[in-house]
Amino acid sequence: MKALTDDDYVLSADERPLGALYSRNARAVIERGARVIRSQNWIILVSGFFEPVFYLLSMGVGLGRLVGAVDGPGGAPISYAAYIAPALLAVSAMNGAIYDSTWNIFFKMHFGKLYQSMLYTSLGPFDIAVGEIALALFRGFLYALGFTGVMGIMGLITTPWALLLVPTSVMVAFGFASFGMAITSYMKTFQQMDIITFVMLPMFLFSATFYPLSVYPAPIQWIVEAFPLWHGVELMRQISIGAFSPATLVHLAYYLVMIVVGLAFTTRRLRALFLR
Amino acid sequence: MTEVRSERLHAHAPEVSAARARRWGSFYFMEHMLRGMRAYLVTIVVTSVGNPLLYLFSMGVGLATIVDRSQSTHFEGIGYLAFAAPALLVSSAVMTCANEMMFPVMDGFKWRRVYYGPHVTPLVPGQLALGHVMAVSVRLLVQCTVFFLIMLAFGAALSPMAWLLVPVGVLAGMAFGTPLMAYAASIQKENFQFSMIQRFVIMPLFLFSGTFYPLETMPAAMQWIGWISPLWHGNQLGRLVSIGASEPAWLVVVHIAYLAVLVVLGIVLARRSYTKRMDA
Amino acid sequence: MAGVRAMRRRVISARDLVKTYGDFNAVDGISFDVPAGESFGLLGPNGAGKSTTMRMIGGVTQRTSGHLDIMGLDPEHQGPEVRAHLGVVPQQDNLDEELRVRDNLIVYGRYFGLPRAYLEQRADELLEFAQLEDKAKARVDSLSGGMKRRLTIARSLINEPKILLLDEPTTGLDPQARHVLWDRLFRLKEQGVTLVLTTHYMDEAEQLCDRLIVVDKGKIMAEGSPTALIREHSSREVLEVRFGADRNAAVVPRLDGVGERLEALPDRILVYTDDGEGSLEQIRNRGLHPVTSLVRRASLEDVFLRLTGRSLVD
Ligand SMILES: Nc1ncnc2c1ncn2[C@@H]1O[C@H](COP(=O)(O)OP(=O)(O)OP(=O)(O)O)[C@@H](O)[C@H]1O
Ligand SMILES: [Mg+2]
Repeated sequence: MKALTDDDYVLSADERPLGALYSRNARAVIERGARVIRSQNWIILVSGFFEPVFYLLSMGVGLGRLVGAVDGPGGAPISYAAYIAPALLAVSAMNGAIYDSTWNIFFKMHFGKLYQSMLYTSLGPFDIAVGEIALALFRGFLYALGFTGVMGIMGLITTPWALLLVPTSVMVAFGFASFGMAITSYMKTFQQMDIITFVMLPMFLFSATFYPLSVYPAPIQWIVEAFPLWHGVELMRQISIGAFSPATLVHLAYYLVMIVVGLAFTTRRLRALFLR
Repeated sequence: MTEVRSERLHAHAPEVSAARARRWGSFYFMEHMLRGMRAYLVTIVVTSVGNPLLYLFSMGVGLATIVDRSQSTHFEGIGYLAFAAPALLVSSAVMTCANEMMFPVMDGFKWRRVYYGPHVTPLVPGQLALGHVMAVSVRLLVQCTVFFLIMLAFGAALSPMAWLLVPVGVLAGMAFGTPLMAYAASIQKENFQFSMIQRFVIMPLFLFSGTFYPLETMPAAMQWIGWISPLWHGNQLGRLVSIGASEPAWLVVVHIAYLAVLVVLGIVLARRSYTKRMDA
Repeated sequence: MAGVRAMRRRVISARDLVKTYGDFNAVDGISFDVPAGESFGLLGPNGAGKSTTMRMIGGVTQRTSGHLDIMGLDPEHQGPEVRAHLGVVPQQDNLDEELRVRDNLIVYGRYFGLPRAYLEQRADELLEFAQLEDKAKARVDSLSGGMKRRLTIARSLINEPKILLLDEPTTGLDPQARHVLWDRLFRLKEQGVTLVLTTHYMDEAEQLCDRLIVVDKGKIMAEGSPTALIREHSSREVLEVRFGADRNAAVVPRLDGVGERLEALPDRILVYTDDGEGSLEQIRNRGLHPVTSLVRRASLEDVFLRLTGRSLVD
C-alpha cells in the first residue's frame, strides 16, 4: 500500500437528506440479522408463531365449547374460535413488533453493545432502524402466514378476503414497530422498560380480543377505541369474514397515520436513541 | 482507593463467622436477594396490584358476560368470575415464580455473577440456592396476598377458607419454580432456552391447565397436560378453598402431595446443581 | 520535528469540546489538533473523559458544545462519511456475540458497504494478524479476554482506515500480543495512518505517541511530546529512598535542599534530581541511611502522577 498523503485526508460532504443519520446501507444490517437467524436453531425463528396458536386452541376450542356462537362483525353469529382468531393475529402482530422494536433494541443497545459497534462504522442510526424494522416485519409476515394457515386448517376461513389477513397483519406490526423505537429512546433502565409491559397488557386484555366491546360501559369503550390494538382487532375481524363497513376505512386510516407519525417520531429520536 | 482511616469496630473472629454462616447462610443470601429486588420495587408493586385488577376485570368480569350468558353447567353453578379468579391467582404465582427462577439464576451464574460474590465468603452454594428460593417465596407471599385482597374486593372469594389461596399460590409457584431453577442452574449458556420454556412450557400450561374452564372440557387426548401440570393441581386446590368446589378427598391428597414432592425434589436438585456448578 | 509537523494538514481539530451528563461535565472544554500521520495520545486518570472524547470524535455521542472537524467534516452532521475512514477500537469490546469469529470481521466490513470478495480475503489476513486463524469458526464467547481484544483490534482495520482510534487497545493483552500490536501500529504509521490512542501504560505512551495531552476531570493539564513533558514537569532522574514506613515522614525535614523537589509517600520518599547518585551521596553525608535506594530515569509516569495527583479522589 502506498503511504497516505495529505490529500487523502480531505473528505467532501454528502448533502443528501438525512446524510448525518443514513448511509443507505440498511442491507448490511438485514444481512447480519439473516446470518444470525441462519446460524440459530430454526425453532427459535418459528417459536413465536405458536403463542397465538396455543391461545386459539385453548380459548377458541376449549372455551368456545362452553360459549357457543357469538355475534361477528355485521351481526351474523360466528363460532367463538372464528371470533377470536383474527384478534389473536392482531395481538400477535403487535406483540412481535413491540418486542422487536423495544426490548430487542434495548438489549442490543445496553448489553450486547451491538449497536455501539455498528455505529462506529459508516452505518448511521437510520440504517440500523430501517434494518431492524425490516427484520421484525419479515418475522411478523412469517407468523401471519403460518397462523392464517392454521385458521384454514381449523376451518375458520370462509372467504378469500381472509388472505388479506397476512398483509394487514404486517401493516399492524409496522404501526407498532414504528412507534416502539421512538419510545425506547426515552428508556434508560429496565424499570422504565417495564412501563411498556404495563401499557401493553391492558391493551391486550381490553381491546375486544375475547369478547365484544359492548360489555363495557360507554366511557371505557371510548378509551379502548382510542388505542391502536382495538382498531387492529376490528379490522382483522372484518377482513376475516369479508364484512366491511365505513369503519374499515377508519381503522385503515388509523394505521396509515400511525405509521407515518411513528416513522417521523422515530427518525427524530434516532440521535437520542443511538447517540448517547 | 484512598486509604480509609477511622475509628473502627472489629469484625468478629473467623470461627464465629463460619459458625454463623453455617447456620444462617441461606438467610443472609435471602436478604441479599431481597435487597436486590428493591431496585424493582416499583415494578413489583405495580404488577402485584395491577395484574389482579386487569385479569380479574377482563378475564373474570368481561369474559363472564359472554360465558355466563350460555347457562353452562360447567362452572360449578357459580358465576364465571368466581370460577376463574382462584386459578388466575395461582397462574400469576406460577408465572412470577418461573421468571424469578430463570433470568435471575442466569444472572447469578453468568451475567452479573451475583452468586460468585457470596461464594468466596463462608457461604456454600447450597445456601445460595435455598436463599434464592426463600427470597422468591417472600415475593410470592406478598403477591398472592395482594391478589387475594383484590379478589375479596371483587367479591370473587366465596368460601371462608378462601384465604388458604395464599399458601396454595406459593406452593404451586414453587412446585413449578424449583425444578426450573435446578434446570436453569445447569445450563452453561442461555441460547434462548428460557424463551423456549416461556413459549412451549409456561404458556401452554397457563392455557391448558383448566385455568379458564374445567380440564374435562378439553379433548381427552390433551387432558394429560393438566395431570402433570403443577398449575392444574394448584388450580384445583385453589377452587377447593375459594369456592368450595367438590373434589374427592383422595384427589385433594394427590394435589398436595404432587406439589410438595415437586418442591422438595426441585430444591434438592437445585442445591445439587448449584454445588456442582460452583464447586466444580 | 515541529517544522515538519506544521506542514502537514490537520485531520482532527477540536475546539472547546464539552460533554455534559446531567449537570456533570465529563469533558470540559478540550481543544487540540492532530496533524495527518501523527500518533496522538490521550492520557489521564479513570473518569478523566478520554473515552468520551474518543466517542465524540467518532460522532457516536452527541457533544454538548464545541466544534469538531474531522478531515473537513463534522462527525455529528456527516457521521457515515467520517466513520467510513475511521477504525475504532473501543475501550470495551463490543464484538457480535451471536456471530462466529470470522463472520464478525465480514459482517462488520459489510457495514462499510465493502464487497464480499474483498472481505473474504481481508478477513483471513486480519485473522492471521490477530493470530486467530484456528479460531475462525469459534464462537466469540469462547475466546479468552485477550483474544477478544485482538479480534476487536483486527476488526478495526477491516476498512483500511486513515484514522485509527484506539481506546486502551492493549489492556488485557499478553506481552507478545502487545508487541505485535505495537509493531503493527508502527507500520501503519509509516503508511501515513493517523493514530489517536489512550492508554494507562506510560511506557506504551512513551513508545507510541509523538505527542500527547494529559487530561484530568475533563480538562487538559499538559500537552507536548513525551520527552518535552518529562523535561518540563520532572527532573532528569528520580531517586527513591525508603527508611521504613514509620520513619519516612520524620526524615523528610532533614532532606531539605536535596534535589529539586521532594515527594513523601507512605512507603518511600522520591527525590527529583538531575543527578540521582549525587543526591544519594548527599543524603548519606547527612548521616541518613536508607533501607533501600534506587536511582532511575524520570518517566512519563512521574509526569502523570505529578499532574494528576497521586491519590484517587474523585
Ligand atoms: N453514559 C454516561 N452517563 C453518565 N456519565 C457518564 C457516561 N459516560 C461517561 N460518564 C462519566 O463521564 C466521565 C468520563 O468518562 P470516560 O469514560 O470518558 O472516562 P475515561 O477517561 O475514559 O476513564 P477510564 O480511564 O476509566 O476509561 C466519568 O466520570 C464517567 O462517570
Ligand atoms: Mg475510558
